[in-house]
Amino acid sequence: MQVLKRKVLALVGNHAVAYAVKQAKPKVLAVFPITPQTTMLEKLAEYISSGELKAELVRIESEHSALASIYGAALAGARVFTATSSQGLLYMTEMIYWAGGQRVPIVAAVATRAIAEPWSIWDDHQDFVSKRDAIWIQIMAENVQEAYDMTIQAFRISEDERVILPVMMGFDGFILTHTMERVEVLEDYEVDSFLPPRQFNLIDFSDPVGVGPIAQPDEYMKIKFEAMKAMERAKGVIEEIMREYEKISGRKQYGLVECYKCEDAKYAFVTMGAWSGDAKVAVDRLRDQGIEAGLLKIRVFRPFPKEKVEEYLRSMKGVIVFDRAVSFGSGGILANEVKSSLYGLEVPVYNVVAGLGGKDVRPLHFQKVMEDLVEGKLEEERWLL
Amino acid sequence: MSLITQVKRIPKFYRGNAACPGCPIPRELDILIEELGEKTVLVVPASCSTVILGDTSGMPATVPVVHSAFAASAAIASGIVRALRMRGDKDAIVTVWAGDGATGDIGFATLSGAAERNEDILYICYDNEAYMNTGIQRSGLTPKGAWTTTTPEGKREVKKPLPFIIAEHKVPYVATASIAYIYDYEAKMRKAKQIRGFRYIHLLSPCPPGWRFDSSLTIEIAKLAVETGVWPLFEIENGEFRLTSVSKTLLDKKNRKAVAEYLKLQGRFNKLTEEQIKEIEESIDEMWEQIKEMIKK
Repeated sequence: MQVLKRKVLALVGNHAVAYAVKQAKPKVLAVFPITPQTTMLEKLAEYISSGELKAELVRIESEHSALASIYGAALAGARVFTATSSQGLLYMTEMIYWAGGQRVPIVAAVATRAIAEPWSIWDDHQDFVSKRDAIWIQIMAENVQEAYDMTIQAFRISEDERVILPVMMGFDGFILTHTMERVEVLEDYEVDSFLPPRQFNLIDFSDPVGVGPIAQPDEYMKIKFEAMKAMERAKGVIEEIMREYEKISGRKQYGLVECYKCEDAKYAFVTMGAWSGDAKVAVDRLRDQGIEAGLLKIRVFRPFPKEKVEEYLRSMKGVIVFDRAVSFGSGGILANEVKSSLYGLEVPVYNVVAGLGGKDVRPLHFQKVMEDLVEGKLEEERWLL
Repeated sequence: MSLITQVKRIPKFYRGNAACPGCPIPRELDILIEELGEKTVLVVPASCSTVILGDTSGMPATVPVVHSAFAASAAIASGIVRALRMRGDKDAIVTVWAGDGATGDIGFATLSGAAERNEDILYICYDNEAYMNTGIQRSGLTPKGAWTTTTPEGKREVKKPLPFIIAEHKVPYVATASIAYIYDYEAKMRKAKQIRGFRYIHLLSPCPPGWRFDSSLTIEIAKLAVETGVWPLFEIENGEFRLTSVSKTLLDKKNRKAVAEYLKLQGRFNKLTEEQIKEIEESIDEMWEQIKEMIKK
């Protein structure tokens, strides 16, 4: 298939996501400001005001209501979108679970940000990963290009009849939301062909149903089991949709995980989000030093791609999981996921907790801990304070 | 030809539901559906009605029902109506059916937000004056002096004047209603159906177990609430206040029955002293003085 010369724009992350949302043509959006997501919803308000996007904009009074309103709109058949961050995501949490439990197609962007107290407007993943049990598909972008691409993919995944689940697209606050990068964008007609009109509608006056009533215990457990199966099914569907997207975009880069020089590596980093780019730089430098390093980037956090993690990491001499979020009293959250995926295998897994509340992390930090690992000096859990 | 016109009511909730004996909610919902029609969506936050509307094995409503988290109903309704309008549906009535807790307490910001945005929804608060579904705990709309399980000595604070608070949002239509005055309630539903924008109806719903009265007395108590002046029936249409039904005759205090008549039938007020009853009477009189002022305007 011949790939067209792509239109290239210089966009900050928030505007790249807004551009993708505009092309996805949602019918109802809800806006409530929170740093660092705000400029995305301002841009969408501009698109609607200028007529570029024909949609209803609910200028809502809180994040809880933001998700509630698009939940209602989604039930009534509209393609919907909202975005939030940090405290806003926490405030939304009840409705996040509500939407996941009801399994409605919704796309929400989360500009990841640390959680108070103390106040921090800067990036970490504590907000995003705290929603891991809410029956949402969670994908995480490395850069602005991915944030754009994955936003479009998110609508398609969410609405796929084999899935029908809400999707959360995470991207690092400020690091991506406010950084301008080169973005190759699809043409509107390409997005139209990739995203067919939405089929989902639960408000039908000729066949009225009750949505979300009380479930007796037997029924409740069955419903949760079905959700688990849908999540498992979603893995294959996500891969299929991402492959299809690769054909359209002409860029080969998508899957549940991304392996960067990890096929022949003896030691690997595991990361999620924007600092995967820093880790790649570190991998190159370590290779120059003669250390056979690689990187496994987790692109899809829920459903967790444990089979891929096992496939790529099963023969490593050491794995270092970098975490920007902690389950206090347990450990790095991503590290725990990786450890459980490698259960029964003889792979040493180390956990580095870093970058909380926006604390700077550079390729040098990745290099240093890998050098320590190779020299046998890395402890099981290290905090880069 | 018979001289008597027989109006056939189609029983819907009467076929069976999980309401307590004497609960007015099923009747109130039947009237709602009769008046608003089958193109109605009910959005129902956590409340007695969550139970009354059935479980995953079936529901008594003949219209789409969307169950809602406690604080979310006015926002969910906002989203539903916008999506319906976007798909070209101009006449469906999206209706929130919420208790006093979801309306005046936990969902108050959501309600106020929807009112301020003048969302094209009808919001009905069926007010049983406490958290009844969880077992009679006080709410912001429990009246002063009332016993509840969390106010064993009687509530110390006054009831939030919700219809007036919503009216201050300058929405097109606010009304009060009572299950004892069905024609008044029906007329207000019909009016609300014709109006576009945010409409609010506050319906006093006596609760036999919560108010501690015999389940055969529901209508009598609902009627006394109006006749004593405790629950004035009125509507505020585009800012214009007017009394409706029997309440029109109650501006003159001598037409109002003694408040004690209303209170004495309810166990929740049986610890009130004479002095406390007098205080309650005075506060009702004061409310009617304010109503007089509102009519003058």
